[in-house]
Amino acid sequence: MGAPAPSMIVWELFSAFLRVGFFAFGGGMAALPLIEREVVTRHGWLTSRDFVELVALSEMSPGPIGINAATFAGFRAAGVAGSVAATVAFCLPSLVLVVVAFGILDRFRSHSLVASFLRGLRPAAVALIAVAAVSLTRAAIGDWFAAVIAGVSFFLVVRKKIDPVLLILLAGVVGMAVYR
Amino acid sequence: MVPLVRRTMVEKERFLKESEFMHGFSLVQALPGVLAVNTACFVGNKVRGVPGALVCIAGAVMPSFFIILAVAAVFGEFRHIPLLQSFMRGATPAVAALIASAVLDMGWRGLDTHSEVVMAVLLAGAVLVFSLHPLWVVIGGGVWGLLRRP
Repeated sequence: MGAPAPSMIVWELFSAFLRVGFFAFGGGMAALPLIEREVVTRHGWLTSRDFVELVALSEMSPGPIGINAATFAGFRAAGVAGSVAATVAFCLPSLVLVVVAFGILDRFRSHSLVASFLRGLRPAAVALIAVAAVSLTRAAIGDWFAAVIAGVSFFLVVRKKIDPVLLILLAGVVGMAVYR
Repeated sequence: MVPLVRRTMVEKERFLKESEFMHGFSLVQALPGVLAVNTACFVGNKVRGVPGALVCIAGAVMPSFFIILAVAAVFGEFRHIPLLQSFMRGATPAVAALIASAVLDMGWRGLDTHSEVVMAVLLAGAVLVFSLHPLWVVIGGGVWGLLRRP
């Protein structure tokens, strides 16, 4: 069986990221497990290893991590066309919800059912980011030294409030020195 | 990006009033997707309807779009180089730690009750252990919110 046509992949990317964009409550980081489920698990366009590298580069680059991850994943799956499809699809639910539903949402947001639903989304957002953390940890830590890097990084972020980009650069440099 | 949006749109260009901005901003925070994109979209829609929303989203997304595209292309070319692979082997555990710290941060600041924490753990567990699609986390959380309303 031959590889699927590129146009097919672009369409699959588009529909996958529509789903991601619609359910990404909790910001860009919460989108990560959704993206991983589509891009790695469901369609196999990237490996887990690829995905964790994608997240690292998306975090280092300027711009929201969610958009970066979508663009990057789209590019890996289907080149420039894929990156455009993934990014547009990711932003489309935002556009639709703001333009079409804004008036409706505004009127109903204090309605108790809507408010209750939204309150339930808070633990959901935390859960999504937790899934991302566990999944990335599994893929990124393969040996004890990586675990040390992760542990020291965690300390530096939580206690010393180190700048994320600086941390990743330093960790990468350490990696270059250790893994030869 | 959002403080910059507010300063530019409300103070500098006076496209909308502070109160209008704050009102809309509090609503878009509850929407899915990236906050910066939602904010840009809301401001654009408020000022110039659908064309305004499109223009603002494009403006917010395009610079970083091109940058990350360049990064992806370059990375794709040099991915096989051992030094770069070593760099990634060192960098990726740090990224995992960053996301883990975000969980702590969000959980500590965002969750008010024990039941919310338990729910977050249960939902995360459902995905990690039973391979539930993450979108069910959102649906599950929302339904749970509906069920427990006073």
